[in-house]
Formats: sequence, C-alpha cells, structure tokens
Amino acid sequence: MIAEIGHYALVLALALALLQSVLPVWGARARDAALMGLASPLALGQFALVALSFAALTHAYVTSDFSLQNVIENSHSAKPLIYKISGVWGNHEGSLLLWVLILTLFGALVAAFGRNLPDRLKADVLGVQGMIGVAFLLFVLLTSNPFTRVDPSPLEGQDLNPLLQDPGLAIHPPLLYIGYVGFSMAFSFAVAALIEGKVDAAWARWVRPWTLMAWLFLTLGIAMGSYWAYYELGWGGFWFWDPVENASLMPWLSGTALLHSAVVMEKRDALKVWTILLALLTFALSLLGTFLVRSGVLTSVHAFAVDPARGVAILIILAVFVGGSLALYAIRAPALKQGGIFAPVSREGALVLNNLFLTAATAAVFVGTLYPLALEAATGEKISVGPPFFNNTFGPLMLPIMLVMPFAPLLAWKRGDATRAARGMVGAVGVAVLATVLVAGFVQGGPTLAALGVGLALFAIVGAFAEVMERTKLFRAPLAESFRRAKGLPSSSWGGAFAHAGMGVTLLGVVAATAWSSEVVLAMRPGEQIDFAGRQIAFQGVEQRPGPNYRTTAAELVVREGGVEVARLEPARRLYTARKMDLTESSIATFGVSQLYAAMGEARGDGKTALRISYKPLVTLIWLGSIVMAFGGLLSLADRRLRVGAPRKAARPSPAMQPAE
Amino acid sequence: MTIDAAPSAFPSPRRRGSSRKRRRMALFALVGLVLSAATALVLYALDDTIVFFRTPSEIAKMDVTPGQRFRLGGLVKQGSIVHEGSTVRFVVTDNASDMTVTYSGLLPDLFREGQGVVTEGFVQPEGGFKADNVLAKHDENYMPKDVADRLKAQGLWNEGQAPGPTPAAATGASK
Repeated sequence: MIAEIGHYALVLALALALLQSVLPVWGARARDAALMGLASPLALGQFALVALSFAALTHAYVTSDFSLQNVIENSHSAKPLIYKISGVWGNHEGSLLLWVLILTLFGALVAAFGRNLPDRLKADVLGVQGMIGVAFLLFVLLTSNPFTRVDPSPLEGQDLNPLLQDPGLAIHPPLLYIGYVGFSMAFSFAVAALIEGKVDAAWARWVRPWTLMAWLFLTLGIAMGSYWAYYELGWGGFWFWDPVENASLMPWLSGTALLHSAVVMEKRDALKVWTILLALLTFALSLLGTFLVRSGVLTSVHAFAVDPARGVAILIILAVFVGGSLALYAIRAPALKQGGIFAPVSREGALVLNNLFLTAATAAVFVGTLYPLALEAATGEKISVGPPFFNNTFGPLMLPIMLVMPFAPLLAWKRGDATRAARGMVGAVGVAVLATVLVAGFVQGGPTLAALGVGLALFAIVGAFAEVMERTKLFRAPLAESFRRAKGLPSSSWGGAFAHAGMGVTLLGVVAATAWSSEVVLAMRPGEQIDFAGRQIAFQGVEQRPGPNYRTTAAELVVREGGVEVARLEPARRLYTARKMDLTESSIATFGVSQLYAAMGEARGDGKTALRISYKPLVTLIWLGSIVMAFGGLLSLADRRLRVGAPRKAARPSPAMQPAE
Repeated sequence: MTIDAAPSAFPSPRRRGSSRKRRRMALFALVGLVLSAATALVLYALDDTIVFFRTPSEIAKMDVTPGQRFRLGGLVKQGSIVHEGSTVRFVVTDNASDMTVTYSGLLPDLFREGQGVVTEGFVQPEGGFKADNVLAKHDENYMPKDVADRLKAQGLWNEGQAPGPTPAAATGASK
C-alpha cells in the first residue's frame, strides 16, 4: 500500500511539473501575475510529493518489503540499517529518484527563499526547473519505476553489492547529486535570462549562490568518491582517470570557471555572453555525466552493470535540453548588451585566463573520455585512453592556473598593477623556492619534478592569503589594527583565500603521494616481520570473524616504531554470503597526514598470506584540501552580499569595506 | 567571448576606438594561443598514450613489438592460475588462442577462473605478457564491455551466462 502511495505521488508530481513548466512561463509572457504566482506553490508541491515518494521507497527498504523488485535486488533483511537506507540510492532506480528529489528540492528552495527575485525571472526559472522535472519524472516512471511489485514475493533479498555497503556510499551519491543537480539552477537562470533577453550584474548576483552551493557539494562529493575508491577498491589509488570519475570532474571544472566568470559579470558587467554559455555547458556536462554513468557506454572500473536502453533515454533528454538551450542561445545571445572594458593586466584579465585554461582543461578531459567511443564508432578499433594522456594534457593546462591563481586577487579591477601584485607575492615565492630547494636537497628518491611540485603547491597555499594579508596590513600595521581589518573583510575574501589554498593543499598531497609512495607485495607466514618505511611490521596471523551478512578473514599486523607498538592493521577479506562475493577490506593507519595502507590477498595453499603494504606520505592532504576548498565556498556563501534572497544594492556594504574592488 | 565596452567605460574618447580594438585583438590572440596549445597537447598525447585493446587471437596473428603497451582481454583459463611468491601467472584465452600473463601484485577481488578479465601491459621479448595492471570491476556480473563484445562476436559468451545471482540482479548501482 505504501509503495502504491509512493508511485502515485510520483505521478502527481509529474502532473504538477507539467503545469509548472507551462503556466508560469506563459504568465511571464502575458504579464499575468496570477499565473506567475503559481510557480512557487507548484514547485513546493512537487517537492513535497517527490519527498513523499522517496520516503515510501525508504520505508520499503527499512522494513525489507520483498514484494518490491527493487528491494529484492538490492537489499537483504540481515543488512545493517544504515545500508538498508543507503541501499535506496545504491541502485539505478533509487538513485534517479534521489536525483529528482534534489532537483525538486532546489526548485522549492527558489520558491521559498527567492522572494527578492523579479517576478518574471522567478517564473521563468521555476518554469525551466519544471521542464527538467518533467523529463526526469517521465524517465523514472516509464523506464525506471522503483515501485514495481513482484508476485509471489521471495522471502529474502539478493543483498546490495558488497562494495556499496560502506559508509562512503551512504554520503557520496547525495553529495555528488546535490552538485550535479545544483548546476541545473545555473542552467535555469541562464535559460530564463535568454528568454527574457536581459542579463545584468543583478542576475549574476542571484545565480552565484546557487552555483557556489552546487560547486561546494560537488567538490566534497568528488573527494568523498575518491577516498572511497582509495580505501574500498584495495589498491590504494586515489584517482584513476576513469570515465566515471571524469564525468564528475568535467562539470566541476566548468562550474569553477562559471563561478569566476560570474564574479566578473557581477562586478564589472562584462563577459555576459560567455557566462551564460558556461552556465548552459556546465549543466550539459552534468547531464553527460549522468549519461556516461548510467548507460555504461564506456568501459569503467566503477561501472556497475548498467542498462544501455535507459542510456538512450538519458541521451534524448541530454539532446533536448542541450540542443534547445544552445539554439535559444544562438538566437538570443547576440542581442545581449555588452559592458565593461578592461586592460589585459587586471582582475578581469586574470579571471579570463582562469576561464580559458579551465575550459581548455575541461575540453582535454572531454576528448580523452569520449575519444575511445568516437573511434570505436568510426573505425571499430577499441582503445583505452589512460592516465598518461590526462597527465600530459590536464597537468600542463592546470599549471598556468596554479601560477596565476595567487596573483589574481591582488590585481585591481579594470586595470591592475603587475609590479605591485608581484611585490605582494614575495613571501609566497620565497617559501616556494625554499621548499623546492629543501625537498630537492634532502628528500631521497622521487622525480626531480616533484620538488618543483611541492614548491608550486606551497606557493599556491601561501599566495592564497596574500590578498588577505595585504588588506589587513599584516606585519605593516599594529596587530590590533590588522585584527580589526580582518574582521571587517567580507567573508567572500576569506572564502576565496581558503578555496585557493585548498587547491594548493590538494596538489601537495597529490605530488607527495605520487612521488614518494612506497609499496611492497609479499607473502608472509605468521610470526614474520619486515622493515618498511622506517617501521617494523609483524604479521601475527589470520583470524576468522562472523559479521551480520558476511564472514571475515582478517590478517593481524602490528606496526612498531623502535619496538613500541604504534598501530595495528587488520586488512581483511569478507565473503558476503548472499551474493557469494569476496571483498577486500583494506586497513589504514594514519600518521599525521600520511598513511600506512594494507590490503590482503586471497588465501593460498602454502600457509602464507599475500599482503600488499604501502606507505603514502601526505596522502590525506588530497582530501583535506578539498575540504578546505569547500570551507572556502561556504565562507563565500555566507557573505551577506550573496546570501540567498539578500536585499539588492542598498544593503551592500559601504565602499570603504571593500577597497580592492 | 567579447569584451565590448559601454561608451562610458573608458575615459579618453579619442583613444577609445583603437584601444578597444587592440585589446580585443590581444584577447583573441591569447584565446587562439591557449586553444592551439591545448589542441597540440591533446593531439600529441593521443598519438603517444592511447592503448589498444587486443584479444589473444589478434596478438597471435599480428607482429607485436616487445615492449609495446596494450590491453589484453579475454577469459581466465580454468586451472591456469599459479602463484610463485608474490607473482602470479595465469592464462588469458579467447578459446582460439592463449596468452600467458605474469603479474606481480594482489589480484582484484573479482578475478576468478572462467571470468572475463582485462590486463594492461606489454609482451616480453621472450614471449608471454607482463601485466602491470589487472582491472577490477565493482560488480560480479559485470563483463568488461570490450571483452563481452569480442566474445559475443565470436559466439563464446552470452548475456546472463555469468555466475552469480540472476542476471536481473545486474541492473545497476550508482557510483
């Protein structure tokens, strides 16, 4: 019964979405306030219905209702509660329902908090959101209904894919989806602006918080996915340049470009046509990501069995929305009024450079990801484009971004002073050079380039705070005054500094973990001991343990430093009884920001146990960096000038508080 | 990407026209430069780093230079897995030709005899394939697409033949 309510709620949500995609847009054209006013209640209603539907599916999972096909295929009564809940989105149908839930949530947020939006813009934005809602609700109802019943129903389910029974999965897809779907807001705002034929600085100010929110969740989602793959797949890699990973990286890159070009548009009324295009492309890349992941057209290590037929449906949605919006863009964009000229050396100039390289990097990832598909379609030849391609293209394209990143905030709008900005960077350059020399001189092993990488990372970290230092007159004025100034700085200045520093932190982690990781693969007998990475690791033996829906075989390793026990590692293999599937559970000991990583191989006949032990210096910085980035995004979001629904011009802080702008 | 000016944006009316044009030219030059650099990088990298997918029969037929990298895909032959210390040897077959693969390292969870596998590496001068990467899959029912296509083309494998629960259980999960 509850499942039927869930299904019915989805159908009703579709009806509301249809109304929402027609009536407000029509009202905006006919200047009918009543029709436009329908947008908000419709968006709220649609969200409530989808939430009800989602709750119904969750209920079916929690109560192990094995009369639902979806629950049978992805759940088991012995599964821990958290995985019963996360199992809701650990499958195709449920994850799409989550997608729609987040989509309607964003619509509802605009309805609830977008009071200061002009009526027509709001009506158009919600109208476009409604159209996306129609497409995906139709897709769920027609091809991926999670509420399909089975009669007679089995007594037990087939369990969730063991790899997905992990806390990482509980939070990774929701984070990623908030990011993906969040970019639909930028898309809707862009389409609404094109329909309206009017884009101005105010538009940029309204669209930026949504983009920022999507960006910060996508950042966390990608990092979470990377960490999950790192510890769960058992071979300790943090990024594989796999199509599914690239699918999430592309919208992140173009979304980052969008954030920066929207700043130019907000402050200087320039780059309008470009910003609108980026908004359209970013959501297009999000849809492309959904298509790549769901259709399985590309060979991916992360690909779960997928359904190509449903992929075609997503391809159609992709074609309609991208084609439609680009056609609208082609017609309307030339009419948009341009503004704001600037010198090459200026804040705008630096941000143009940022956009240029980010877009080029996105394009390189795009080519590398889709080239095998294109080549196979054209010649039938099967190839794979691996990490070397991306390292050789993405790397060089990101380098200029990392170099220019600290300078940009020191340049004035319109026309900047390069010498003055360079003076502000003296500290950062000094730290970078010192670090490079120290690393090159004292750290054993690793490529020479790694020392430069460390220098670049530290340059980015220290340089990120150059603007804040300059504006607080740190070390040039009494500390009390600096402190007073620091408090007066808009939080978006701090946000930018942290986001940029986060990039440096991540780079530092990537460089160190790539260049100085060490690894041994060996077969050990109980009682044996090895010296590894300055520690002694003793293998004590193997132990069998029962689990809720699996059996564990764990190896016990004791890690000692100079005879003192500092950590225990218990890499294990789990046999999931329902699926008869074997799974490696790696074990990690963290020392500061470095990690010791152990994984266990299959049991062997000769009484030895195969083990892979690796030491990864500074590896956690990769993910800590993205947390720092997201924190920067959060600070920026908290800036009152950007707050959702914040009053317009009148309430902006006085010019005295933002001298560099 | 144009950066046209609103008339008031620049102070000196006499210099405005030429300056605007010059800046626009500079911007276009910059865009062109970056785009061509990016294109060159991509083309160079594509030429240099792509790896072809081959089955054992294809390797048997062609003239392979030792050291040339490619992906070898097929089924792990029944009873062919031999452990020697931390090195493992197994045979990849497409039921027409066999290829012996050596690999040092832990095998992925879903590596099994009779299952599809994709390995990446190169042919050694003395023959045999040295893999430095054995691809793991998240799903026990998942046949690497490249392998499945080839095997299907040769009539060796059909959808749903894979072990594990019912094929219906293979409908997707998200990353």
